[in-house]
Amino acid sequence: MPAVHEAPALSRLGSRLGPGWVLALLALAAAGVVVAFMTIGANGRWGFVLPFRGTKVASLLLVAGAVATATVLFQTVSGNRILTPAIMGFDALYRLIQTGFVVVVGAGGFGDPRLRFLVETGAMMLFALLLYRWLLDRSGRGLHVLLLVGVICGVLFRSLSQVLQRMLDPNQFVVLQTSFFANFNAVRPDLLGLAALVLLAAGIGVWRLLPRLDVLLLGRETAIALGVDHRRTLSRVLVLVAVLVSVSTALVGPVTFLGLLVAHLAYRVMPTYRHAVVLPAAALIAAIALVGGQLVLERVFAMNAALSIVIEFLGGLTLLVLLAGRAR
Amino acid sequence: MIETQDLTRRYGDTVVVDGVSLRLPARSFVSIIGANGAGKSSLLSMVSRLLPASAGRAFVDGLDVAATPGDVLARRLGILRQENGIAARVTIRDLVAFGRYPHAKGRLTAADRAHVADALAFLDLEPLADRFLDEVSGGQRQRAHIAMVLAQDTDCILLDEPLNNLDMRHAAGMMGLLRRAVDERGRTIVAVLHDINFASCYSDRIVAMRDGKVVAVGPPEEIVTEAVLREVYGIEVEVVLVRGYRTVFFYR
Amino acid sequence: MRRPSARGAGYALLALLALSALAAASLLVGVGDLRDAEILAVSRVPRTLALILAGAGMAVAGVIMQLVAQNRFVEPSTAGTADSATLGMLLVTLLAPDAPVVVKMLAAAATALAGTALFLRVLRAMPLRERLTVPLVGIMLGGVVGAASTFIAYRTDMLQFLGTWQAGDVSTVLRGRYELLWLSAVLTFLAYAMADRITIAGLGRDASVNLGLDYRRVVALAIALVASITAVTIATAGTIPFVGLVVPNLVSLVAGDTLRRSLPLVAGAGAGLLLLCDVLGRLIRYPFEIPVGTVMGVVGGGLFLVLLLRRDAGRA
Repeated sequence: MPAVHEAPALSRLGSRLGPGWVLALLALAAAGVVVAFMTIGANGRWGFVLPFRGTKVASLLLVAGAVATATVLFQTVSGNRILTPAIMGFDALYRLIQTGFVVVVGAGGFGDPRLRFLVETGAMMLFALLLYRWLLDRSGRGLHVLLLVGVICGVLFRSLSQVLQRMLDPNQFVVLQTSFFANFNAVRPDLLGLAALVLLAAGIGVWRLLPRLDVLLLGRETAIALGVDHRRTLSRVLVLVAVLVSVSTALVGPVTFLGLLVAHLAYRVMPTYRHAVVLPAAALIAAIALVGGQLVLERVFAMNAALSIVIEFLGGLTLLVLLAGRAR
Repeated sequence: MIETQDLTRRYGDTVVVDGVSLRLPARSFVSIIGANGAGKSSLLSMVSRLLPASAGRAFVDGLDVAATPGDVLARRLGILRQENGIAARVTIRDLVAFGRYPHAKGRLTAADRAHVADALAFLDLEPLADRFLDEVSGGQRQRAHIAMVLAQDTDCILLDEPLNNLDMRHAAGMMGLLRRAVDERGRTIVAVLHDINFASCYSDRIVAMRDGKVVAVGPPEEIVTEAVLREVYGIEVEVVLVRGYRTVFFYR
Repeated sequence: MRRPSARGAGYALLALLALSALAAASLLVGVGDLRDAEILAVSRVPRTLALILAGAGMAVAGVIMQLVAQNRFVEPSTAGTADSATLGMLLVTLLAPDAPVVVKMLAAAATALAGTALFLRVLRAMPLRERLTVPLVGIMLGGVVGAASTFIAYRTDMLQFLGTWQAGDVSTVLRGRYELLWLSAVLTFLAYAMADRITIAGLGRDASVNLGLDYRRVVALAIALVASITAVTIATAGTIPFVGLVVPNLVSLVAGDTLRRSLPLVAGAGAGLLLLCDVLGRLIRYPFEIPVGTVMGVVGGGLFLVLLLRRDAGRA
């Protein structure tokens, strides 16, 4: 029964270096990728290139931080490392809320897109808290049911959004669609500053939860036995996840496998379970993947809009290999 | 001291714990015995506030477990559940260090580290301390979980089948160790045990349960008798005295 | 308990009545004037037949998948089958744009078969085959294949075509454009002929060998059936989610899992559910239409959630 399995190469390297050095190396790599992205092929047109690429990098970094953190947090509270908020229908829920607001108040209803973002994010926090806490509560033992419910919720929310979209008059539908068909290139400079602020606030929230998050890894019952108020912590984490998903979905649209991929890699390279280092590691890996991917696609293959597709493909593929690879 | 008043747990129409009222004195070793499904684990879970009671109340050192903040209780009461899978890769030393969380809140002091080292030594785990939990045997994992509860350094310790997965040597060692924790350190230990002979040889007091109700409470001499065991388990057994301990023969 | 055969017969009769009513509704509901016999013959009748055939086919494909994968939560769209078929359609349309539909469908069936076989292989390689990681792996596999399709389509300006196969929609079904689906009916009957063997295969490899069954061959045949039905459906009506998931689970509650007894019910209920969703889709925003795949996402998803949470509550 005891499975003494061979540690994979990555984690062996991680344990030899220690978490501090691994983080430093990741940060260095991320910085390198960002610098390369900003400078390669600029041809001296700095006045144009720097602000243009700067907004792009900024949004990629925000998304990287949001997706990575949301995924690791969600995996910790659900006690399962193949779940992500995206698989559980979080971003579909956000889309549904966005659509709902267009139906209720019209496409230009809030005036300022930033106000709209805040209102939508607030609604998202509320609904996500109610729905997912209800789900996590009732299947305290049967996490499996939760997973399936989440997947189905995702399809349900997506279909509901589509039905709602069809109910709109064609003009509004077009407005909505352009705002929905966002990708890593259609940067929303109007939202960047606000998104950064929201992300920072969420980061502080996560920071304050760090020790409790580690205890949650031991499971609900052990966490309670060690004096953690499980229900309250769970609620806070769900609210944080909702905020983070709102940020990334508002900026670039849904990304399914990125979070799963970077969380897995972070667990592999980090020789410890501690969130204080796993979370930054996951965020840095996500940054490297996104900015690096965009760099390669833009400069090497001259493809501008394909990053989300490529990340989904490679991310999903890597995961399947990881899952199947555990067999040996 | 642990006290329950009319503690009850229902699932729909099924009553798994039915109005249990107990007073378990401090500084004693209490065993809970009973057939599968008698409500032993549910009782333990309610006392340790892992499971909300449907009715009735439970007190630890006079504190109502349903009303006391979780972290206050966690410094007085530790519980070991039947083994639960942990998703993360955690070493044995990490796991035991989590026992200090109620005191340290994530920042271990030298005193905390001493507690951890003490618990590791107590359970013979030092050579394995830096192995990951998924790399050791079931028995070693069980000992690691018990070490975590000991490191928590609480007056009351509840254990749900602590002898699970342990071989003869480690099971006897574990019981001796728990006995010492009561005698030398003044702990109160309540353990669900399936091995009636361990319960008989080590306990100060035995609680016998059947169908959610307490059938009998008392010292081993009163509980480990052919009449009581027939009522609790519904089988015929033979009780013999071996070296002064009441021992049950039921194998054939 | 209470004479399951009699109860089954009662349900079957009820199902048949409901099915006829829904079919009639599907013939009657729409923008065009019904006195025009041409509309009926060219559009309504083909559309209704397409719905019945596709619904029955997908539901049967779902139940077969569930038996073969020994998992209640698997169906063509959660096992990589549907996405693989779509990839096949895309590839053959790129390589041989003028090929007849039958050829394209065959190519789609071939890739669907490959995708499903890959899924079963990955499953076999997984150490922990937890009940619900299985569909998750299938969904992930489908996502990967789907991302590959999207990438190819994106590079070749085929995104729009891809959309028509990915979203289930029968509003463009006309006479001459759905007849391929009769093939799915043939395949469904073939599945019925194999019912006992598939049921035994569903008990697992060991039980099958014990009963003297060539396990590998039955499984291969079964997934070939599933792949073909899926490919035919996608080529004519697009991907329709949930039918294969919801219907077999509902039917299993009332009629159990013996395929010979449950298959007709599964087929009938699948057809009925799809008809219902399409009629709803035509009515909600009359005179516009909401694609049947979208309506199915809402209705099927809702039904399945109720099913799942009620069963969960019953267990707890």
